[in-house]
Amino acid sequence: MMKTKIFRPEKRAVLIQGDQAVVEGALAAGVEFFAGYPITPASEIAEGFARELPKIGGKFLQMEDEIAGMAAVVGASLAGKKAITATSGPGFALKQENLGFATMVEAPVVVVNVQRVGPSTGLPTSPSQGDVMQARWGRNGDQEIIALAPASVTESYELTIKAVNLSEKFRQPVVLMLDEVIGHLREKIYLSTSDEIEIIDRKRPAADQDPDQYLPYQLTDDLIPPMADYGSGLKYHTSGLFHDQSGFPDGKNETAKLMQDRLHNKLHNNLDQIILYQKDIRKDDRVAVLSYGSAARTAISAVNTGRKDNLKAGWFKLQTIWPFAEKEVAELAAQVETIIVPELNQGQLIREVKRAAAGQAKVLGINSYAGELIKPEEIRALLEEVL
Amino acid sequence: MGRYEIRLSGAGGQGMILAGIILAEAGVMVDNLNISQSQSYGPESRGGASRAEVVFDEDQIDFPKVIKPDLLVCLTQESFDQYGADLKSYGVIIADSGIDISEVKPEFKDNIYQLNILDLAAKEIGNEISANMIVLGIIARIIQTRIPVEFIKKAIIEKVPPKTVDLNIEAFELGFDLKLDKRSYIYGRI
Repeated sequence: MMKTKIFRPEKRAVLIQGDQAVVEGALAAGVEFFAGYPITPASEIAEGFARELPKIGGKFLQMEDEIAGMAAVVGASLAGKKAITATSGPGFALKQENLGFATMVEAPVVVVNVQRVGPSTGLPTSPSQGDVMQARWGRNGDQEIIALAPASVTESYELTIKAVNLSEKFRQPVVLMLDEVIGHLREKIYLSTSDEIEIIDRKRPAADQDPDQYLPYQLTDDLIPPMADYGSGLKYHTSGLFHDQSGFPDGKNETAKLMQDRLHNKLHNNLDQIILYQKDIRKDDRVAVLSYGSAARTAISAVNTGRKDNLKAGWFKLQTIWPFAEKEVAELAAQVETIIVPELNQGQLIREVKRAAAGQAKVLGINSYAGELIKPEEIRALLEEVL
Repeated sequence: MGRYEIRLSGAGGQGMILAGIILAEAGVMVDNLNISQSQSYGPESRGGASRAEVVFDEDQIDFPKVIKPDLLVCLTQESFDQYGADLKSYGVIIADSGIDISEVKPEFKDNIYQLNILDLAAKEIGNEISANMIVLGIIARIIQTRIPVEFIKKAIIEKVPPKTVDLNIEAFELGFDLKLDKRSYIYGRI
């Protein structure tokens, strides 16, 4: 296991923005490469890496656009580095093609999307959760994605570490979905000491691997092929076409099926490691407010103040939004009468909640999509209405 | 004790955002105090009304922005017109003397204090841009039972350019020593 290059002997309280916490988290997780193109409200992430990466011998590349930024990150990952890029909605749209490529060639990368109001250039300095479905389905073809959504500066730090680890463990692109409020918010957080951080590195071939026998897309029991670094002596081909274990294109339907299933199952066999959430639902709570990202701050505030007035309400906060927590939401729907889903969009993840709830609970949305946070009293009013 | 919400408003360039960050940095030095700080961005921050917010609480801060301020500072007419009607019933408004407050909500008449902040900055310190440090001094006095004055001074020293430390501290102390009417009323609220 590689040790982090950030040596921090004791816990330290700092005041930093969510964007800066992403930088701290990535460095703690062993990221050594950033490429991208600045965009509000994610520019502070690029600035942070530009300042910090050279200090640890890492590389920062400002590319000509977001497309090139994504391509460079995939290249760095194939060359063996933990790599990250950061953008906002319009740039996230541009990154989709190479994000699909990264999924196909199983390059571990992290893409940060600090969401602002769209469509198009929208409202650059206002928060949104409008890219939830773009993260899930923005690319062509059936495919899995992991997407995490921090709701605080502390979570921006912790979930960035988690995002890097998940990408490395599963050879899988991971999207980290902040929003403008979380990205720009300054909060007091405690940066962990070096030995508190679990770091996962991708599985590599054995040191004595015969170069002639190396299969870069080998079918292993855990469905995650050992990954050689480009330039390490083990040569291999990467292709966006369906490929066999050698990495070379193979147009056979059976090969495509095998690979599709492997890409799906390598995540779905391990959902317990991927799906992260927190909840506070009491036995007699009749309503649950289910949320993610900055909307969770409003939700938890409304529930906690409501409970002081004996409202029978609880909260459920998704930290992983993709893959969707189907089992957990189905269980929640069996437990409560109503699930309220506040979102900074016109209603995206609520579709998944309804699907998973399958009629067991009533599912109601509260939506703000013009650049403002949902206010606690708005959720409070709905809680009182349904209780 | 409990959640305390501060909103600082003024014109772009008056240093309200820096003042907000300094307050938050000082709060970080207090053990077991949680801090959330946010500010207006973009077109809002270039001229027009500029806004910084600081929320602190010994408990976890759920909603990270100001819901209704306990303490509101307004340095310009525009910021007063925009934010002056939003205050807790027991909150405090500190407004610059240049602001026409005749249209203040009747229920806030006893909660508003006018101080000649900009004028003092120009005449006593010799530079209107030190108004934000005077504001910090005033706030430091009000919240000193939650965030010690020394921590705010320390945060100022860490945040302002080294050459300007003396002048900024001078402005801070000027604000701290300002006589507030019904001062006990204000103290009672923190």
